[in-house]
Amino acid sequence: MLELIDTYWLYFLVGQYPQGPLGGLALTILLSGAALVLAMPLGLALGIARVSPYRAISLPVAGVVQVVRAVPLLLVLFWVYFFLPALTGVKTSQAATMLIVLVVFDSVYLAEIVAAGMRALPKGQLESARSLGLGYGAALRHVVLPQTLRHGLPSIVNQLVSTIKATSLGYIIGLSEVSFIASQINTLVFTQAVEVYLILALTYFILCFGLSRLAFLLERRLQRRTLQAS
Amino acid sequence: MIVLDKVNKFYGDYHALVDITERVEKNEVLVVCGPSGSGKSTLIRTLNRLEEIDSGRIEIDGRDIHAKGGDVNALRAGIGFVFQSFNLFPHLTVLENCTLAPVKLGRASKAEAREHAMQLLERVGLAHKVDAYPNALSGGQQQRVAIARALAMRPPIMLFDEPTSALDPEMVGEVLQVMRGLAGEGMTMVCVTHEMGFARDVADRIWFMAEGKILEKATPQEFFANPRHPRAQQFLADRRRD
Amino acid sequence: MFFDPSILQSGQYHDWLVQGLVLSIQLTVISFAFALPFGALVAVMRTSSLAPLRAIGATLVEAIRNVPLLAHLLFWYFAFPELLPESAREVLYANNPEVVCAVIALSLYAGVHMAEDIRSGIRAIPATQLEAARSLGLGRIAAVRLVLLPQALRASVPPLLSQTVNLWKDSSVATVIGAAELMYQAARVETASFRSLEAFTFATLAYLTVSLLISAAAYLFQRRYPVRTA
Repeated sequence: MLELIDTYWLYFLVGQYPQGPLGGLALTILLSGAALVLAMPLGLALGIARVSPYRAISLPVAGVVQVVRAVPLLLVLFWVYFFLPALTGVKTSQAATMLIVLVVFDSVYLAEIVAAGMRALPKGQLESARSLGLGYGAALRHVVLPQTLRHGLPSIVNQLVSTIKATSLGYIIGLSEVSFIASQINTLVFTQAVEVYLILALTYFILCFGLSRLAFLLERRLQRRTLQAS
Repeated sequence: MIVLDKVNKFYGDYHALVDITERVEKNEVLVVCGPSGSGKSTLIRTLNRLEEIDSGRIEIDGRDIHAKGGDVNALRAGIGFVFQSFNLFPHLTVLENCTLAPVKLGRASKAEAREHAMQLLERVGLAHKVDAYPNALSGGQQQRVAIARALAMRPPIMLFDEPTSALDPEMVGEVLQVMRGLAGEGMTMVCVTHEMGFARDVADRIWFMAEGKILEKATPQEFFANPRHPRAQQFLADRRRD
Repeated sequence: MFFDPSILQSGQYHDWLVQGLVLSIQLTVISFAFALPFGALVAVMRTSSLAPLRAIGATLVEAIRNVPLLAHLLFWYFAFPELLPESAREVLYANNPEVVCAVIALSLYAGVHMAEDIRSGIRAIPATQLEAARSLGLGRIAAVRLVLLPQALRASVPPLLSQTVNLWKDSSVATVIGAAELMYQAARVETASFRSLEAFTFATLAYLTVSLLISAAAYLFQRRYPVRTA
């Protein structure tokens, strides 16, 4: 096992880089982080639309959310990978494809987190902000959203964990993320499948469990602060 | 200053405000009291359009405040509203709570807003809590900050919706004291409250409401000594029994 | 981009896609049958008064949950057989190993998520229920089985149905180890005929339909059997 790690650790961590594009664990982490960050603005917009009192805005968004959540991520990945080049004439790389799909999915799930958070905020917060003369947009910006995002932080961290796990699907379209690299290593070594895949599992575990614990601690801290306030 | 003309409001089939026609003069302190569900909160909330009305007119300084296309934000910036549940912004300090609206609405620079807020907080006795967060304050302290926050916009009118109903008894006094101070300075105030002592001492007039109607309007002397409407008599008798 | 529905209605491509759909449904149903009891068992372990049981339950959940399904599939298909004695391995390889390994991975993955949902359901039942059952003389296991679990499951049905939708979507990932379910067949049709639009439309409609059916069932269940607390 140790010899295995010794020989392949760099490949596992960064793929072919610098002799090729970035891969491995670094790619997994980078893609996940980038996807979540890029999805935030869209997720915020969709979430705000979701709780809008105008049905003409909230219903279509609800529909889109329902549809995206009803289909496997892999299917959307295939759509974008096989079909988008036909539409746009540009062959998108695996990494770009994965990023697009992750951003779409993350926006939808973030929208739900934002909407839930906005609904959970006491009505009085928006009312008192508006009573001071702040418009709806200003009230959202300075009073509602700061609180919503603060309370939603544990959920957002959990969404990051989901995203990290979702990057593994890039394997199927040949993206050199960490699962793909692990399989490459397995093919090279051939006789140590158990060790290779256990290390892969352990890697994901450390990353995801670590983040989940962070989310849990954030949640606890928030609960303590809320108890103080009331 | 405030004119209500045949104001009606319905919640579905329920007639919450029935043909309200009254005036509130400048510098007047008006107390609105009555049993639960009488419509007092609804009435005061129509004055800054937190509630809409179904018919009639409400004019403040001669302007129809419920007119279509009216600037509701400008209206609200000119009226201070104090809530029963304080509704301070928990993610901002006491000072930031008071400077948020004046600064973001372009009424004052950050420095001016700061200074004005400090004066107001001094006045409500909380200058020492300037950098604290609301969750570190007692209910009475939070409500006093809420009053300072409303005053920071320099409104000519202040509305109070049961400001002490959510407070422990020992903190009611500190809030009422601030309100008495305001009244003494000539602020135009409309207060929905159960605090009859405050009404007796400070109010210029009292409206007694039940089932969406104003059943009695009187000066405090008249109201407490000699209520005319049977519902008002019942209400005061119940209060005395407590 | 000519959309030719005829290939979806008959012929070889149609057959492939239908076979794929059938296998996807089979994978989902069989995995569900294993996942639910496994989930219930883990949930009971996690809420047990015995600390070692709670620890094992928690470890199982965290170990499985924090590793992506794709990595689980890779492990069970490529690594697990190496751990088996020769004879067992032969048996496995002779009997549809792709499906067997997919079911193992899916059952465990869905199972721990269901365990968490059932655990919330259990925690929602006041402790007094178990006390009442024990005071009637019921043994611990009988009390759990006859009083606690039925109520907990009732409360857990909506999130469990939601997990079932997830399981249905997750069956698509089995394609990575070569299980010939719907995604596998859709990709196969695409490679053979370049008709990506028709193949993926078929897959999309199939996933959407089943997902929305299950979600509708969840909604109806909640309407007919709202959670009634004591």
